[in-house]
Amino acid sequence: MSENERYEAVIGLEVHVELGTKTKIFCNCPTTFGGEPNTQVCPVCLGLPGVLPVLNEKVLRYALRAALALNCEVARFSRFDRKNYPYPDLPKNYQISQYDLPLARNGYVEVNGRRIRIKRLHLEEDAGKLLHEGDGAQDKWSLVDYNRAGVPLAEIVSEPDIRTPSEARAYLESLKAILQYIGVSDCKMEEGSLRCDTNVSVRRKGETGFGTRTELKNLNSFKAVEKSLEYEIARQISVLEDGEEVVQETRAWDESREITVPLRGKEEAHDYRYFPDPDLVPVVVDQALLDEIRKEIPELPSAKRQRFIREYGIPEYDAGVLTADKRLADFFDECASRYRDPKVVSNWLMGEYLKYANATGLSFAEIPVTPEGLVELLNLQDEGVISGKIAKTVFEEMLKTGERPSEIVKKRGLVQISDENAIYAVVDEVIASNPNVVRDYLGGKEKAFGFLVGQVMKATGGKANPAKVNAALKKRLGKE
Amino acid sequence: MTELWAMPAWKIHELYEKGKTSVEEVCRTLYRRIEEVEPSVKAYIKLLPEPDGKGADGRVTGSPLGGIPYALKDNICTAGIETTCGSRILSGFVPPYDATVAAALKKAGAMLLGKTNMDEFAMGSSCETSAFYPTRNPWDLRCVPGGSSGGSAAAVAGGEAVFALGSDTGGSVRQPASFCGVVGMKPTYGRVSRYGLVAFASSLDQIGPLTRDVRDCARVLGVIAGHDPRDSTSAVAEVPDYERGLLEGRKDDLRGMRIGVPKEYFAQGIQAGVKHAVMEAIKTIQELGAFVEECSLPHTEYAMAAYYLIAPAEASSNLARYDGVKYGYRSEHWSDLTGLYTKTRMEGFGPEVKRRIMLGTYALSAGYYDAFYLKAQKVRTLIRYDFAKAFERFDLLVAPTSPTVAFRIGERMDDPLTMYLSDVCTIPINLAGLPAISVPCGFSEGLPVGLQIIGKPFDEPGVLRVAYAYEQATEWHLRIPHLDGVEAAKRIARNDGQVSADE
Repeated sequence: MSENERYEAVIGLEVHVELGTKTKIFCNCPTTFGGEPNTQVCPVCLGLPGVLPVLNEKVLRYALRAALALNCEVARFSRFDRKNYPYPDLPKNYQISQYDLPLARNGYVEVNGRRIRIKRLHLEEDAGKLLHEGDGAQDKWSLVDYNRAGVPLAEIVSEPDIRTPSEARAYLESLKAILQYIGVSDCKMEEGSLRCDTNVSVRRKGETGFGTRTELKNLNSFKAVEKSLEYEIARQISVLEDGEEVVQETRAWDESREITVPLRGKEEAHDYRYFPDPDLVPVVVDQALLDEIRKEIPELPSAKRQRFIREYGIPEYDAGVLTADKRLADFFDECASRYRDPKVVSNWLMGEYLKYANATGLSFAEIPVTPEGLVELLNLQDEGVISGKIAKTVFEEMLKTGERPSEIVKKRGLVQISDENAIYAVVDEVIASNPNVVRDYLGGKEKAFGFLVGQVMKATGGKANPAKVNAALKKRLGKE
Repeated sequence: MTELWAMPAWKIHELYEKGKTSVEEVCRTLYRRIEEVEPSVKAYIKLLPEPDGKGADGRVTGSPLGGIPYALKDNICTAGIETTCGSRILSGFVPPYDATVAAALKKAGAMLLGKTNMDEFAMGSSCETSAFYPTRNPWDLRCVPGGSSGGSAAAVAGGEAVFALGSDTGGSVRQPASFCGVVGMKPTYGRVSRYGLVAFASSLDQIGPLTRDVRDCARVLGVIAGHDPRDSTSAVAEVPDYERGLLEGRKDDLRGMRIGVPKEYFAQGIQAGVKHAVMEAIKTIQELGAFVEECSLPHTEYAMAAYYLIAPAEASSNLARYDGVKYGYRSEHWSDLTGLYTKTRMEGFGPEVKRRIMLGTYALSAGYYDAFYLKAQKVRTLIRYDFAKAFERFDLLVAPTSPTVAFRIGERMDDPLTMYLSDVCTIPINLAGLPAISVPCGFSEGLPVGLQIIGKPFDEPGVLRVAYAYEQATEWHLRIPHLDGVEAAKRIARNDGQVSADE
């Protein structure tokens, strides 16, 4: 038994999600990403003397939607607290957050059949951003951009239920899918609208207590989450195997070296001196509001997956891929409900469509092809107007331009040649100019037939109806 | 005839309506008076060369405060006018916005004369912790005007403003009103928007008027009260017409009113002269027909301790933003971020503010939170219950505003605990969030005494009604300090080497 097999990891995730409201959590400043520094600020989010926060109702509604979608119990009474710590990106030198009375608790997410429990979900305000001028240790100066200060965040803390790095990643992907489905966040890790810290410890298999944990920060992608956990788990095991003890500390993931490095120890942990924020009134959520919010929640990924399998008869794998993103799922849903064979739709989406999206890096929203377009394309193929090969060419064009397939076919003269006379003419020509191949075929080499078909297709620019080409060739070569 | 500078707003307004005086004349008189007495009183931190809002002649007769010159405590933000909170750390801070109350007064046509002196960040009971200079009591320049809204109270008492606004966290409007012989009210928590009031202790702070008489108090309160969507803690309750309530009600008849006298407020180091004046006032109220009876607020003795945990705790967090990074004072002696923070705060804050930041930080610290902050909140709840219980039997409570009259400048500066006791009768009211007024009720040792009238939440009308009836039955509010400006200061300087006229 190898070392790694004798141990198991215990992992918990702290995820910060920017809620996609148009305005900030406690003022009316816009939340748009990437504005000129300090152009999306006002006295409130700058924390000027004398200003007061007022909770954005939309933020509360978004957070409630997330809480319900994550199967949480929503607190009838919660409140905001101040988390006190000084830092230049924090205008008031305290962050308005929720401490002992969070908005929601005790939820869960289903990840590959396992239930990962969610400990709590609470609201807080984001801080600004520091820009350092200089080489780090000897910064000449630091500049602060407060555009992000006051952007609403939901912090979602899992229980330490996750056991492997890949499960951590799967949990994040599920979380992302759910939050995107309900429209509360775009969850772009690269823009920071989804951020993740992990807590990890290891223990010998069969033990029920927890080992000493470390917290990992600076995780900028799902891959980084997975890789850093793999590294850290191996590191902790080797520390234990060397007879030493894991030190409780915060470590940073060094992306370039692919290792974790110590950031700060436990003794440097802040005393945040939390206390209820006297500037804000408690958040009271009644049943009527909850009922209203519940109606805003659409079908969630897991339910959709089950329905796709049930209604459209596609394989579980396909359903999983298609429901990972709401736009993709909706696309599929629309096509599949109008087309006789949903598996064909699934093949097209999982094949050409995803390939294109991955190759170009475009989001589904940026790809102009419509479900109507794809269904039309499939019908054109079924009706024999175009061949399967041409259909792929047409689809490539649709992915780029969003044009209707019938238009593309017409414009580029791609209509399938089904006219028998025209096909026979080409077939005769191919037979005449390939006497050796014809001899081989007649001599029993079945492969030679494929070559001849290819020649016919080539001569017609791929437009010839393959079935008719087959039939014509066989007839002329006396095999029919 | 009374000088214009000694008149209440409603009287000046009457003269405007009759065409007997003009905004120009009122302003001229006020500025002349200021020129005369300000060198010895020092009520202002900043005087505007001409009043802000002047020239709005069209609104003079229409609005109840049109053309009335007033002063704002320097912790109330004014767009384009430096707001210092009496602290070095906010020097140079010019707010880009008006506090909601400042905007409301502007809209009502009132004219801002300047920003008044105060204890630094409203932490003090004497105006002596101001980073600039102490303000002096117009009744006796050797004495403090009270605090923290001492500048506002002295400005009104000295005829340097028709009315003023202050803020009251533990008595900071009422106690200086009492010391300076003017009317001062702390409204119910949530009655007046705090937006733009630089926070000291957010759950206790409330802005209130300092005026010459109760009618003015009602008038000013009517303008500044009301819900503000920018302050989550401001109440949505409708604002009654306070002034009309006074004028339409019976001024000479308090029959049917049940008034309680909490015995605990007469026990704690109260001066004999103060006690006498307040008891006389209670007698007058009784004579007006009110039913008066002694009552008890048993947890009063714990109010002070609870207050000095809750207020500093909130302050330690509220004042964290003053770090030299964004505005105000920044130390020049630093080499890294921690140095910038510590040096700026070390040099920018005065000793009393530092003391309270440390107290508050301690009270919120891990391991101490339950024993201090949380316990104090529980005491606060008990104090609320005390009042709620008393209000089952009584409509209002009356008590002294402060156990003493104004004390000498410098007398209590080395003894913070004695200084804190100055607010022993006002602090519980803030903890309970109740409305209370201080009205002049006599003199002791030549200095004014204040009577405090405390009401149920949002019963400002009841508080004002009793205050008005009492005022109409007495003449204390008509007394004016005999301040003859620089001469007075010189006289003081001769008698008392500690205070010089050219300070």
